[in-house]
Amino acid sequence: MAELTYRDAVIRGIAQEMTRDPDVVFLGEDIAKAGGVFKATVGLYEQFGPLRVRDTPISEQAILGAAMGAAMTGLKPIAEIMFSDFFAVCFDYIANEFPKSRYMSNGQVKCPLVVRTGNGGGARFGAQHSQSVENWCMMIPGLKVVAPSSPRDVIGLLAAAVRDPDPVIFLEHKSLYPTKGEVPDGEIVDKLGTASIVRPGGDATIIALAMMVPRALAAAEKLKAEHGIDCEVIDVRSLVPLDTQTILGSVARTHRLFTVEENPRLCGWGAEIVSIVADEAFYDLDGPPVRITTPHIPLPAADILEDLALPSADRIVDRVKRSLQS
Amino acid sequence: MAKVEDRALAPNASLNDDIGEATRLRMYRTQFEIRESEQRAFDLFLQNLVKGTSHLSLGQEAVAAGCAAAMKPGDLSFCTYRGHAHTLARGVPIEKVLGELMQRDNGLMRGKGGSMHLTSVDHGVMGSYAIIGAHLPIACGAAWRAQYKGEKDVSVCFFGDGTTNIGAFHEALNFAAVWKLPVIFICENNLYMEYTPIGDVTAVPHPAADRAASYGLPGIVIDGNDADVVYRTAAAAYDKARAGGGPSLIECMTYRYSGHSRADPAKYRPEGELEKWKERDPIKIYRERLKQFGVKEDIIVGIETDVKRQVDEATEKCKAAPPPALDILTTDVYADGGFAWRN
Repeated sequence: MAELTYRDAVIRGIAQEMTRDPDVVFLGEDIAKAGGVFKATVGLYEQFGPLRVRDTPISEQAILGAAMGAAMTGLKPIAEIMFSDFFAVCFDYIANEFPKSRYMSNGQVKCPLVVRTGNGGGARFGAQHSQSVENWCMMIPGLKVVAPSSPRDVIGLLAAAVRDPDPVIFLEHKSLYPTKGEVPDGEIVDKLGTASIVRPGGDATIIALAMMVPRALAAAEKLKAEHGIDCEVIDVRSLVPLDTQTILGSVARTHRLFTVEENPRLCGWGAEIVSIVADEAFYDLDGPPVRITTPHIPLPAADILEDLALPSADRIVDRVKRSLQS
Repeated sequence: MAKVEDRALAPNASLNDDIGEATRLRMYRTQFEIRESEQRAFDLFLQNLVKGTSHLSLGQEAVAAGCAAAMKPGDLSFCTYRGHAHTLARGVPIEKVLGELMQRDNGLMRGKGGSMHLTSVDHGVMGSYAIIGAHLPIACGAAWRAQYKGEKDVSVCFFGDGTTNIGAFHEALNFAAVWKLPVIFICENNLYMEYTPIGDVTAVPHPAADRAASYGLPGIVIDGNDADVVYRTAAAAYDKARAGGGPSLIECMTYRYSGHSRADPAKYRPEGELEKWKERDPIKIYRERLKQFGVKEDIIVGIETDVKRQVDEATEKCKAAPPPALDILTTDVYADGGFAWRN
């Protein structure tokens, strides 16, 4: 067991997979010699050499297209898109190429690749370097979508993503890179499509993803300490496949549902979860499900404005308390 | 090794007998097969038996035949939605192609892809891509795998003149050149992107070749209606790529006889242009070439008769084939064979 930052967990996760399988290759902007703009790939170039860890031009379409061509013909590429906002300039591959090639070819074409990207807000970067784009990906049949919240999950889910035979979008949260957590020694391999109950509780279920997980946990501690409300916190971890059984099981025990989403309001993943619970567990609910989200706005740069926009622990506390006391 | 650009521009190239009779007969058969199959696809469309859209390569047969004949087994083709010709040229049975166009269960992808997405991995046809430019970076990736694993196959990427103005074209060219990838970019310049002449919307006369210098590559323009010229140029480019010399960009001048897609009667063409190009019809040129090299008329007619019979038989098989089985609607979304996104 060692304490590791989320950033160093990315390095360890990639190294674990590249050591295991010589077909795993890694490409992206500034990822090799520079060690990544978030310093989340430091040392990989030195460890695995210039043939396996390759700097690219600022050509996001070339990066993702090349990853796909390599994946179709036998490699297991990891591609980095520096900021998830840049998905917009290479969205053809994410929306049209990776996820549809298997279906359109009636199963002939395979696309086992991972796209790692820095997602999410909190860094005061403004509207084009701060977005939470998980919903852009979740809506596309054929993709898998993963977003770890802890260093341990970074390694385990990254390993699962690299070993998965489908294209996986792997969303690393920029503001979590410096955070620390305990990580077991040795190989870590997780399973995609498994949510994790990170805090058991009986009064309400709070479902969160990525940076919203530590905030939901902080809120749960405060709700317990100050208001006697005992919340269960679920880290979704994987939006596709989605572990609905863990969610439905929790709601059956707590009878209340809250989602905490960093994304802007419309069509957020929480809406899908609320819809599933409404369809399948309506009579388990003792009150209306509540979505706690960023308002439907572009994110501002100024710290006080960004902090106001993103769901905070205090906002979660307030929403849960009001809802349960009403 | 001769430079690709020298091979393309060699004087009297078409008269050098370095290709051989077997390859020439194969290229004639391929061109004739494409012509007959595409014409049949058009006829079936008029009978409402080919549904959706289709983009024909009538008039552009020499590019597909020449490029494919110069390939080795294991080489990979990446095509556009105008990809029937390149698919047939790699040896995919006519029935499989027509079956897909007719959306039958015997189609290449059982009707799940359609005319614009013909794919046959077993034949090295790694897909037909309907988003302009998308497959150029993808071909780079396949070439990267060959380079990384020390494999000797080349990736050959076909696209139209219209592709040269989209970002992915430029990203792929730079990427391939910087990484020295064994990928060959073949531009079929048929003078029109969709309805608009390429010259009206492009800053340079040769939309592909005139951009090559930006990526440290020679600008190569060839007669795309002469299969021998295409074959020689492609073979030189493949050799260069296999030897580690990196990518090539070849612009083949050609002309499509039909409209952009089945919805387009091509009324935008100036009067007489089509007729002028038909004088340089690739099949007419090649038939004469065979005779010039002493191939007897009955051998040529034998090929033509055989191909026509094959197209007829394929058509009948497709007409008799059932539509796709309904249970394939949700198969092969994910690698487990299904479409489950939740537990």
